Amino acid sequence: MNQAKERPGITSISFKNKKTYILDRAMPLFLFLCAAVSIVTTIGIVYTLLSETVDFFRKIPIFDFIFGTNWSPLIAPKSFGILPLLSGTMMITIIACLFAIPVGLASAIYLSEYAPTRVRKIVKPVLEVLAGVPTIVYGYFALTFVTPLIRIIFPDTGVFNALSAGIVVGIMIIPMVSSLSEDAMQAVPRSLRQGAYALGATRFEVALKVVVPAAFSGIVSSAVLAFSRAIGETMIVAVAAGATPKLTFNPLESIQTMTGYIVQVSLGDIPHGSIEYGTIYAVGMALFVITFLLNILAQWVARRFREEY
Amino acid sequence: MSILQDANREQISRRRKIDWILHILFIAATAVGILALMALLVNIMMDGLSRLSPDLFTNYPSRMASKAGLKSAIVGSIYMVLIMTPISFILGVGAAIYLEEYANKNWLTRLIQLNISTLAGVPSIVYGILGLTIFVRGMHLERSLLSGALTMTLLVLPIIIVSAQEALRAVPRQRRDASFALGATRWQTVSGSVLPSAMPGIMTGVILALSRAIGETAPLVMIGALTFVAFLPNGIMDSFTVMPIQIFNWISRPQEAFHELAAAGIILLLGLLLIMNFAAILLRNKYSKNL
Repeated sequence: MNQAKERPGITSISFKNKKTYILDRAMPLFLFLCAAVSIVTTIGIVYTLLSETVDFFRKIPIFDFIFGTNWSPLIAPKSFGILPLLSGTMMITIIACLFAIPVGLASAIYLSEYAPTRVRKIVKPVLEVLAGVPTIVYGYFALTFVTPLIRIIFPDTGVFNALSAGIVVGIMIIPMVSSLSEDAMQAVPRSLRQGAYALGATRFEVALKVVVPAAFSGIVSSAVLAFSRAIGETMIVAVAAGATPKLTFNPLESIQTMTGYIVQVSLGDIPHGSIEYGTIYAVGMALFVITFLLNILAQWVARRFREEY
Repeated sequence: MSILQDANREQISRRRKIDWILHILFIAATAVGILALMALLVNIMMDGLSRLSPDLFTNYPSRMASKAGLKSAIVGSIYMVLIMTPISFILGVGAAIYLEEYANKNWLTRLIQLNISTLAGVPSIVYGILGLTIFVRGMHLERSLLSGALTMTLLVLPIIIVSAQEALRAVPRQRRDASFALGATRWQTVSGSVLPSAMPGIMTGVILALSRAIGETAPLVMIGALTFVAFLPNGIMDSFTVMPIQIFNWISRPQEAFHELAAAGIILLLGLLLIMNFAAILLRNKYSKNL
């Protein structure tokens, strides 16, 4: 207990221990630099993506990139339209959300409004384990379990297909929806529920007509975050969704997502500085901008529409 | 009157029925997540248990599934975490201390805070692109252990900062007041009183962040962790591979035998994560008793 020996109440000049004085003065600066690393990281991300992307758009017109319907950067005739990758990403994300948002929301309602405390204490952490499983493990699960299951029902499904990857991405984001939504529902004051029960409402009426509307901002924000997480998911789609960029609405076909493309290129040996190399940054930039806007949207929804009690 | 009562009774019984049906539906939805987790575990156990042998620990990767092992990948994962731990601990906890104990409530602090929560939502593969550009090419660290560890440090920093902030916030004000009243300087208060009492909470967050890093694949694929490393890294500038990368490589092969190997590797990986999470839970329990 060194600090106990210091004399209280006297100005800093009286510090007998010079080391203590210097430390006290130097530490704030050092700690600020630690905090500044996060800012530098963001600047680094934006700068690296932007500089290479601008370079890329000098060679490929930005219009062709955004509205082109053919993505074939590695094989001649080369073509750089991102729409096939975007549609692949959207297909995976929409399948995942169609699966995860209803299931996650229903789980959240069950855990928050129906489940006895004992059940909730066990089930909630178990669901959260799903969020801690490495994505490569989910990739294996999609390829070796879900895909064969789908092929029993639809025999002409490809080994790589969007449906299997989408469902498994959905499983991965269930805990995001259920946990965050449940937290929002738990924040709804008990008095609101008791008021509804006193008027003779049943449990589902309390849940759906009182608690869900009151927690709506939190629920929407959790759904947007889950959507953004599904867009950025990489390994599941790299393993199970295939590597054939195409504009299709058939979830049983092999597709390619933006993240899947970036992985495919980085596995190969593309020379630094080539157009093919630039595509990583252009696609990465698109990915970053989309997820960034969605995350901002989620935060805005949570704040703007929050019901204060 | 009796007609009205009958109508009322009918309505009540209908609402009770809906309540009952929805109750079942909500339980079923909750079961979906749990069943998916069980299916995943059973599927991996059935595929991989037969290949779980000492050879997996002692053999290097090989073109023949019967001889392939995870030795270089296990060592690579351990080295990467050993390099990451001190760097991410100092940077993450330092940032958290600054934000909680030092920073004034001004625009800069708000910007840093907002920035950290935004960084947590950036897809991990974007960190891979960053690492590839800055560390591998910009700083000429090449495809080394150091590049990988630094990239992963940036990836887990937001997680460590947020959890460390929560741990610091949970330390009661009186502890700081008591220390100041004894004449301690601000840094003496933080290092001698606040930090020790927040340490279990901080450690929990750090362990969870490191377990995230152990399972992460995409950024390391980007910076070019190799998939065929038949040697152990000698220093931080050596090329390397890690467990998830090796598993990814095995999954990508068409042969069934490699899939079984991948499943065995996944069992190891999940076992490691389980141990780390268990340690985090033990720490958390100890922590909540202390307060």
